[in-house]
Amino acid sequence: MSNTPLLSIRGITKSFPGVRALTGVDFTLRCGEVHALMGENGAGKSTLIKLLTGVYPRDAGEILLDGKPIDPHAPSETQALGISTVYQEVNLIPTLSVAENIFLGRQPLQPGKKIDWKRIHSGAETALQRLGLHLDVTQQLSAFSIAIQQMVAIARALDFEAKILILDEPTSSLDVHEVERLFAVMRKLKQDGLGIIFVTHFLEQVYQISDRITVLRNGQLVGEYQTAFLTRMDLITKMMGKELQELTDRTGESQTKRSNGAKDCFMELRGLGKRNSINPFDLQLYQGEVLGFAGLLGSGRTEIARLLFGIDKAEHGETVIDDQTTVLNSPQRAIGYGFGFCPEDRKNSGIIDELTVTENIILALQAKRGWFRQIPRKMREELAAKYIRALNISTPTANQKLKNLSGGNQQKVIVARWLAAGPRFLILDEPTRGIDVGAKTEIQKLILALSAQGMSILFISSELAEVVRCCHRVAVLRDRNKIAELTGEQIDEQVIMKTIAEG
Amino acid sequence: MVKLKNDERIKNYRTNPHDLTNIVWPLLVLAIILLFNLFFTEHFFRIVVRDDHLFGSLIDILNRAAPVMLLAIGMTLVIATAGIDISVGSVTAISGAIAAVLIAKGNAPLFQVIAVPLVVVMILGAWNGLLVSYVGIQPIIATLILLVAGRGIAQLITDGQIIVFENKPFEFIGNGFLFGLPFSITIVTVVLLITGTLARKTALGLFIESVGGNPNASRYSGVNARGIKSLVYIFTAFCAGIAGLIAASNIKAADPNSSGLNIELDAILAVVIGGTSMNGGKFSLLGSIVGAIFIQTLTTTILTRGVPVQVTLVVKALVVFAVCLLQSEAFRRGIQVRLSRRAAA
Repeated sequence: MSNTPLLSIRGITKSFPGVRALTGVDFTLRCGEVHALMGENGAGKSTLIKLLTGVYPRDAGEILLDGKPIDPHAPSETQALGISTVYQEVNLIPTLSVAENIFLGRQPLQPGKKIDWKRIHSGAETALQRLGLHLDVTQQLSAFSIAIQQMVAIARALDFEAKILILDEPTSSLDVHEVERLFAVMRKLKQDGLGIIFVTHFLEQVYQISDRITVLRNGQLVGEYQTAFLTRMDLITKMMGKELQELTDRTGESQTKRSNGAKDCFMELRGLGKRNSINPFDLQLYQGEVLGFAGLLGSGRTEIARLLFGIDKAEHGETVIDDQTTVLNSPQRAIGYGFGFCPEDRKNSGIIDELTVTENIILALQAKRGWFRQIPRKMREELAAKYIRALNISTPTANQKLKNLSGGNQQKVIVARWLAAGPRFLILDEPTRGIDVGAKTEIQKLILALSAQGMSILFISSELAEVVRCCHRVAVLRDRNKIAELTGEQIDEQVIMKTIAEG
Repeated sequence: MVKLKNDERIKNYRTNPHDLTNIVWPLLVLAIILLFNLFFTEHFFRIVVRDDHLFGSLIDILNRAAPVMLLAIGMTLVIATAGIDISVGSVTAISGAIAAVLIAKGNAPLFQVIAVPLVVVMILGAWNGLLVSYVGIQPIIATLILLVAGRGIAQLITDGQIIVFENKPFEFIGNGFLFGLPFSITIVTVVLLITGTLARKTALGLFIESVGGNPNASRYSGVNARGIKSLVYIFTAFCAGIAGLIAASNIKAADPNSSGLNIELDAILAVVIGGTSMNGGKFSLLGSIVGAIFIQTLTTTILTRGVPVQVTLVVKALVVFAVCLLQSEAFRRGIQVRLSRRAAA
C-alpha cells in the first residue's frame, strides 16, 4: 500500500443562500479503514457527503481520489469512479426482485437486446456472497427485512467495483443483531482494502467499528482523531463544542433557581417502550416542572415524545395519568388529557404553510372546541394579536400566509398554537433549532414563565447550555435507553456530558 | 450553521387570502367569453318572459350547468383535502336509477323517491371515505373502484334498461320553475348557501383546509383528519345524488349508461378553473361555481356558433388550456418578467 491516501478532501467549502454549510473542511480516508464522520445536526455531515458524491457542486476546495483530482457533477459519475453510497432509507425498489435491484439500470443484455436473466441472477448471487449472504435473488425485495434490504443496497453499491463505500446512517432502523451482521460485513470489506465512511449518531457503534473519527461542527472541521485514543468524553465535547476547561470555569454561575419543591405528579410511565424506537423506561411528570431530555440525536428523545403524545403506540409498559391507567393511542387522546406537542420536524408536522398566521394559531384550540363551535371572528383576531405581541412574532399582518414567515417565526406560531389551547403539559421538541439567538432567548424565557404558572413542560434540545438553563430535572438518554435522571446541582453541562459518555 | 443574513425579513407581502382576489381570474375568463358573445352572438343576452317564466341563453346556461355546479361544490371540498373523487358521474347515475325504479316499479311517494337515493349515495360516499382515510388508498384509485363498479350497480338497478317514468311532482325538480327561474337553479343556490355557511360559519372549512394543507400537522393539532376526509367524500356523493335526481327528472328517465358520463371531469375542471389548488389547502366555492358556469357557457357558445360537431371538443380543449395558463401563477409571472424586460430594453 502506498502512502497516498485513498481519498483526500482539501479545504472544501459550500454556501447555500443565507447559510454557510461548510467552510474549508479537510477529510482523509485511507485504504482498509472505517472512518466515522461525526457531528450534531447541522454540522455539515450530509453536505460533505453530497459534495463528495456530486449531488451539489462545491464552491471551493479539491477532492483527490488516489492522488488525482476529481470533479464529479452527478452521483452516477462518482459511482463510475468507485465511490458508492448507501443511504439511511433504502434507496431501492421494493417491488422488484433482489437481483433486479442489484442490476437496476445496467442489466446485461444478450445479443438481440434481450435481458440476460441468467447473468443477472448469478451476478446477484455472487455480489451477495461477497457479504456472506445467501438469498433467493428472484424474491421480491420487500419480502426481506430492512437489514437484508440494507445489505442488498450495499451489495449493489459494491458491485460498481467500489473503492470507497459511504454508509449514511445505515443502522438507524436496525436492531442489535442486524447491526452486528452489518458490522461483520464492514469488517470483511475493510480487510478487502475498501475505505468506508460511516455516518451515525450512535456513539457505541462508532467505538465498535471505526478506526478514525472526523468531527465536524457548525460547518467546520474540529479535527481528525484515532478512535482508540479519543475518549467518549472528548468526542462529545468536541461534537457539542464545549471544552471541559471552559465548562469548569462556568459552573459557579447561575445555579440559584433550582428551588422546585415536590409538586403533584400527574403522569407516571412504567416500563414504557417500543421496539426499534426506545427501550423500556420509567418516567414521572410533575405539574409546574420543566423536564429536559439530554442526549445525542437518535438517542431516543423524540421517540419518547412521540409515545407521550400518542403518535406512536407503546408496545409494552403502563401509562398512568391522574391515577388512572390509560393508553395513549392517538394525538387526539393526548390532547384530551391537556397535552400539547411542538414537533421537531416543523416543516412536515408543524406548520400548515398555506394557511394564515391566525388560522395556524387558533387551530388546536378550535380542534378542542369541535367543528360546530367556531371561535368568533373577534376572538380569533384577539388571540392572534395577543400571541403575535407576546411571542414577538414578526409578520406584516395576522393574515399573512405562514409560508411567508421565517423559520423562527413559524416556530413561534406553532408554540402560540399550543399556548392558545392552554395545555397543562407541553412537549417542545427542539423548539429553538434553526432560529436566531434573539428568538431562542425569548423561547427560553417563555418556558420558564409558563412553568412558573404551573404548566408542565418537556424540553428537548441538542444544546446542553439551553437544557441546563431551563430545566428543573434532566433525563439523560443514550442509544435508545434512558440512562439517568439528574436534579439540582447535578444539572450541569459537564455532568450531563459525562453521563452521556459513561452511562 | 452560520446565518449570513437576518432571516426575519418577509419575502412576500400579500393581504388577506380570504378576500376576493382568488375569484378574480375565473370571473375574468367568464367576462371575456360573455363579452365575445355580446359582440358575436345575436340575442345572447336577451331574456324573455313567457307564462311568468324567464327564457334566454343565460337562463339556459345556468339551468344546464346545475348538475356540474352541484358536483363542483362537493368536489371543491374533496380537492381541498388534497383528494379527488372521480366516481361522482357513476354516483349520479345510481341516484337517478334508484329514483326511476322507485317511481316506475314501486310507485313510491315523493319523499321516498328523493330520500332513498340520497341515503344510498351517501353510503357509497362513506365507502370512498373509508378507502381513502382509513385504508389509505390513493383517492384517485379508491374512487376509480366506484367509478367502474357504480355504472354496473346502476345497470343492475334498472336491469340494464332505460327506465322511462311519469310523475308530475318529481318532474318538477328538473323542469319546474320557481320565482320565474328553473327550479334547479334554486336547488344549486340552496346547496351552495348551506355549504358556504357550514364551511365558513363553523370550523369545518378551517379543518378541511388544514387537513389538505398538512395532514400530519392537523392530526398533531387535534383535528380528526380521517373524519374530515370521510365527511367530504360523503358530502360530494350527496351532491352527486342531487345532480342525479335533477338529471333523471329533467329527461323523465334514468339512463344508467350515459347519465353523468364524464361529468366528473367537468366538475374537476370547474374546481381548477375556480382557483382551488389540486394540492389541497385553500378552497373557493364561489370560484368553482364560476368555473362551472364558464364551462357551460363555453359549450353553449360553441354550439350556438355553429362550430362543426367534430371540432367542438378540440375548441373546448384549447380554451380550457388557455384558461389554465392564465390561472397558473408561474405562467403569469413569466409573462410579467418578459414584459418588463422588453420595457427595459
